[in-house]
Amino acid sequence: MIEAIPIPLIVISVGLAATLAFIGLNALVLVYLERKVAGFIQRRPGPYEVGPQGILQPVADGLKLVGKQIFTPTGADRVLYWLAPMISIAPALVCFLAIPFGPHLQIINTNVGLILILAFTGINVLALCIAGWASQNKYALLGAARDISQSVAYEIPLLLSILPIIFMTGTFNLFDIASGQGAWPWQWYIVYQPLAFVIFFICALAETNRNPFDLPEAESELTAGFHTEYSGMGFGMFFLAEYAYMVVASCVTAILFLGGFQGPVASGWWWFLAKVYILLLIMIWIRWTYPRVRFDQLLNICWKWLIPLAVFNLLVTLLVIAI
Amino acid sequence: MSLDLRLDTSGDFYANKFQPTKRDDTLILNMGPQHPSTHGVLRILLEIDGEYIIRAEPVLGYIHRMHEKMAEVKTYAQYLPNPSRTDYLHALAWGWAHVGALERLMGLEVPERAEYIRVITCELNRISSHLLWWGAYLLDLGAFTPIMYAFDDRERIQDILQRITGSRLTYCYYRFGGVSNDIDDRFIEETRVQCARMKERAKMFKDLVTDNFILRKRVEEIGEIPLDTCRKYGATGPVLRGSGQAYDTRRAEPYSVYDRFDYNIPTYDTCDAMGRYLVRMDEMQESINIIEQALNGLPEGDFIHPKAPKRPKPPVGDVYFAVEGARGKIGMHLVSDGSNSPYRLKLRAPGFSNLSLFSEVAQGILIADAVSILGSLDLVIPEIDR
Amino acid sequence: MIVKKFNDTIMGLWSLLVGLKVTAVNFTRPQITVHYPRQTVPSLEGYRGHIELVPQDEDPLKPKCIACNTCARMCPSSCISLTASKPKKKAAEDKECSGEESGEKPKPKKAKPELESFVLDYNYCSLCGQCVQNCPVDALRYTSDVYLAGFTRQEFVFDLLARLQDQAAQKEQ
Repeated sequence: MIEAIPIPLIVISVGLAATLAFIGLNALVLVYLERKVAGFIQRRPGPYEVGPQGILQPVADGLKLVGKQIFTPTGADRVLYWLAPMISIAPALVCFLAIPFGPHLQIINTNVGLILILAFTGINVLALCIAGWASQNKYALLGAARDISQSVAYEIPLLLSILPIIFMTGTFNLFDIASGQGAWPWQWYIVYQPLAFVIFFICALAETNRNPFDLPEAESELTAGFHTEYSGMGFGMFFLAEYAYMVVASCVTAILFLGGFQGPVASGWWWFLAKVYILLLIMIWIRWTYPRVRFDQLLNICWKWLIPLAVFNLLVTLLVIAI
Repeated sequence: MSLDLRLDTSGDFYANKFQPTKRDDTLILNMGPQHPSTHGVLRILLEIDGEYIIRAEPVLGYIHRMHEKMAEVKTYAQYLPNPSRTDYLHALAWGWAHVGALERLMGLEVPERAEYIRVITCELNRISSHLLWWGAYLLDLGAFTPIMYAFDDRERIQDILQRITGSRLTYCYYRFGGVSNDIDDRFIEETRVQCARMKERAKMFKDLVTDNFILRKRVEEIGEIPLDTCRKYGATGPVLRGSGQAYDTRRAEPYSVYDRFDYNIPTYDTCDAMGRYLVRMDEMQESINIIEQALNGLPEGDFIHPKAPKRPKPPVGDVYFAVEGARGKIGMHLVSDGSNSPYRLKLRAPGFSNLSLFSEVAQGILIADAVSILGSLDLVIPEIDR
Repeated sequence: MIVKKFNDTIMGLWSLLVGLKVTAVNFTRPQITVHYPRQTVPSLEGYRGHIELVPQDEDPLKPKCIACNTCARMCPSSCISLTASKPKKKAAEDKECSGEESGEKPKPKKAKPELESFVLDYNYCSLCGQCVQNCPVDALRYTSDVYLAGFTRQEFVFDLLARLQDQAAQKEQ
């Protein structure tokens, strides 16, 4: 009977469970890290009381969110209202299946790993749109509308900045891209494609709705944007989804530009995690430094600056490859 | 599911009276009394088309506390803590307007040392008010750290003022004929240290915020208020000075010892939010300048008139006294009927005039710009509603 | 024109990096918040807390207050309510013994009313200082009692005479 269960299925099941655990742990760590880093930048302690140095703060947050009253706003579409957070978090799980954490730590090794990830991160837009619409709230509607424009616009430079890497390596397979780079920093693709790295990072910030591009959840303009009407676990799921997408984006950046799991002394998952966390710290650092970009300026940056630069980068890369 | 938000007729008086225009594709949104970035309980009814504002109308009165009525039933001395609560950020200027009005009516002369102390404390309060404005403005625009840095400096100023005035926010320090406490050497030394520190911090503020590309794009060329619009609505303070007119009550209607100090009036003629921003940043430096000059020239003497009236009974008549507050020209019109409480005390709040021009300025702008303009007007709603 | 725009953009991007540097520098600096309640602020000197009665020099159990009601009348919020005991006949005898002219009209202050109760309703106090400054005998002063917290309004109606007597008892220990 056990031989009848195909091995890939077992691998995927175990992998999904492990991914869930990873996302959960990551959310805990990231919540704590974000608030601590914010605190230190603002010269205050951050979470301090719950547990030594506030380590158990995310646990307290989780308990608080779980313990809140579950209700649906009047007039809201019940099915869509509760479907939105689930649509938001589910693709994040799938994205992790294709990421190589280490030389032997990849759940699915497909030849279209990168496309898989890009496709599934795009579903987040749908979730936010549904959330904004189903909340029966004008603020949420505005937030959702902003988010759609923003995400759709920033998909293009995202893809355009990845294309040079794909042309250079000739494959979508994440494992091959990661192992194609050397162990030392000067052998990573960031040396060949610094502009693509910058553009990709900015687009990753915009896709995951992080400051300075966090208009959909602009706290001081729209009260809370698309998740105004969510509280308790609905909000918790959006929160979780945002951090999960941040991690996915950092993982992809690390693989494409920073050598993935390769490292100077001993390649392995520790280097991968180190790179991912450094990128996450940079994202947090940027969040607490800059004000928000205005909506039309956001689109201006995308259409007038990032896309031309990405196209230019692509053309130069193609020329160099052809020659 | 239908999203008939415009036919929702359960609004209140203002929402129902806010007749929308003939278009039928606009949304009526309430930047309601509870909103993270209207500083206080301000309600703005917006008719928006997508992200663009077609019409805007502020609704006031959510924090009307009847300060003018309180003045009529309390005696002059009992009214002393009230002006501080009107605009709690520049409490000393409002207090000055009150005691100054009475002193002008009674012909009471304030000793020179008391005048200097008033100037020093009022300017310190102006700096702390501008610091809070700066932090809150950036909080509206989405930057969460500068408010913490601003509060660092603000706490130090409050510590300095706490020792002599006894309070940290709503100071009740000025009395009729002077001030209630004398300042000592420790105050002078701490103030000098703080002034030097503020000059250093100004560089950091400039690096982090004023030169920041994203901020400049949010603030430059936003909210163009031409000069005649300002004049039409009676806007004063940094709003007027950011539109090119160098009108400062300290120069136009001189009071106290301001004519002895050498200071500039920062004026920018760009008329946009950046102009108002830079006016306030420069005003902080000018205030430091004035404080240092005042400290250097501080005379000895009484800190209160020796025959200061404790229960004043001014003669019949009326008087108008204006001071330059952080938000503009604070005026008090005092009408006395000879008894120990005013017949009428009219408070002129600068924020009221400044806010009135919002509905004219806010046509055709984005919501994000509306937030930016409101922040640059530096509104304190309790002052507007009194 | 194009050059200027290009220059502006480069300066703008540089300013973003400068901003990041400022934040990073602040990350490494010490904290400026005070971890209440493990730490407290360095100095509450001069802070106007609620008022308390000043004891007489000779007899710490008795306040200097002469129950003239000036503070209660000057208070903007009518927080202070005090009652005084009526002058006793013994006071009249004292007047004769001290050898004053009997033809003089007895003034209230010679009868020396005793303060019976002095209640401050701190819920309404504006901390304006009118009571302290207008007291003719300086019988009131500010405390630095700021760490107050309570569950009901009643807890902030202070009986200042009882407080004075508690302080006197504690001093004797």
